[in-house]
Amino acid sequence: METAKNKTDQALFNTVLSLADSTLILSHRLSEWCGHGPIIEQDIAMSNIALDLIGEARNFYDYATKLEGAGKTEDDYAYFRESKEYKNALLCEQLNGDFAHTVVRQFFFDCWHIHFLDALRNSPDENLAAIAEKSYMEVSYHIKWSSEWVIRLGDGTEKSKQKMETALKALWPFSGELLEATEDEKILIAVGILPDFETLKTVWLEQVTTILTRATLEVPTGKNTAQTGGKTGRHSEYLSYLLAEMQSVQRAYPGLKW
Amino acid sequence: MEKNKRDWPLWEVFIRSKQGLDHKHVGSLHASDAEMAMENARDVYTRRMEGVSIWVVESKHLHASNPDEEGTLYESAKSKIYRHPTFYNIPESVGHM
Repeated sequence: METAKNKTDQALFNTVLSLADSTLILSHRLSEWCGHGPIIEQDIAMSNIALDLIGEARNFYDYATKLEGAGKTEDDYAYFRESKEYKNALLCEQLNGDFAHTVVRQFFFDCWHIHFLDALRNSPDENLAAIAEKSYMEVSYHIKWSSEWVIRLGDGTEKSKQKMETALKALWPFSGELLEATEDEKILIAVGILPDFETLKTVWLEQVTTILTRATLEVPTGKNTAQTGGKTGRHSEYLSYLLAEMQSVQRAYPGLKW
Repeated sequence: MEKNKRDWPLWEVFIRSKQGLDHKHVGSLHASDAEMAMENARDVYTRRMEGVSIWVVESKHLHASNPDEEGTLYESAKSKIYRHPTFYNIPESVGHM
């Protein structure tokens, strides 16, 4: 009995950290656009989304510190872990590429994020439910933003359509990892702390299909879970470079405060 | 010329800060159509909870008065101070107005 509880606790800690990492890493990627956006209005739009995501990440990290009970802070998780200790989905660490890549990455993520949070609001875990409730409204804007851009660019010019097709093809193999339960997540689904992923998969695909159809784009063929492992610490080299930049100040001056 | 054709049009943004107050001009932005203008306005001008309502209008649809006609348009009003309701004696019982 005690062991089962420990197992659930460990699964919960890993999963909360994974959610924190996914939102933090995607936030960092979006923040890389700051000062480089195609127009200043979209520069600000992406920075706004990045700020929403970092707010959500902080809530998850804060919960993780309580679960671990080792007296750590949010910063310890964000700045003093190596690439292989990070549990973000691989989709989140993919390079910004051109604007189409950033839009498609965000769109795949948002389609998962909105439905995941919607269901998580009913979790018996009050902390998770509260975090989900807080972020749900923000994410409902993110998905509006990314869907609009998918439609505009897909149903835009020859060139924008072609760029979208390239981005869809490149990111499709990464798009399913968020919906593929890890061993830890399976434990939490079994006890009802996390929602059923099979239902999420269905609504995710429905939404992706609806928007891509409106954008006159085709849903890519092939497995969308061809690239997984990020949630258990297997990352591409992209993450190492991202962490090197994101962590450099804290690594050079540990404990430095604003 | 080619560049102008590709540039997104300019839009003027009006925000109402809370129920009961008027929409006020807050600035302008570029967008390809009204829907994008609305979203850009949300992102650029309501980041600090400034608004509960947004109007956007393409700048080309605004017609402005000509500054050179300032005299013709406004000068004559200066000598018509009787248009201000300051010539009435208000009975004391009315109190402060």
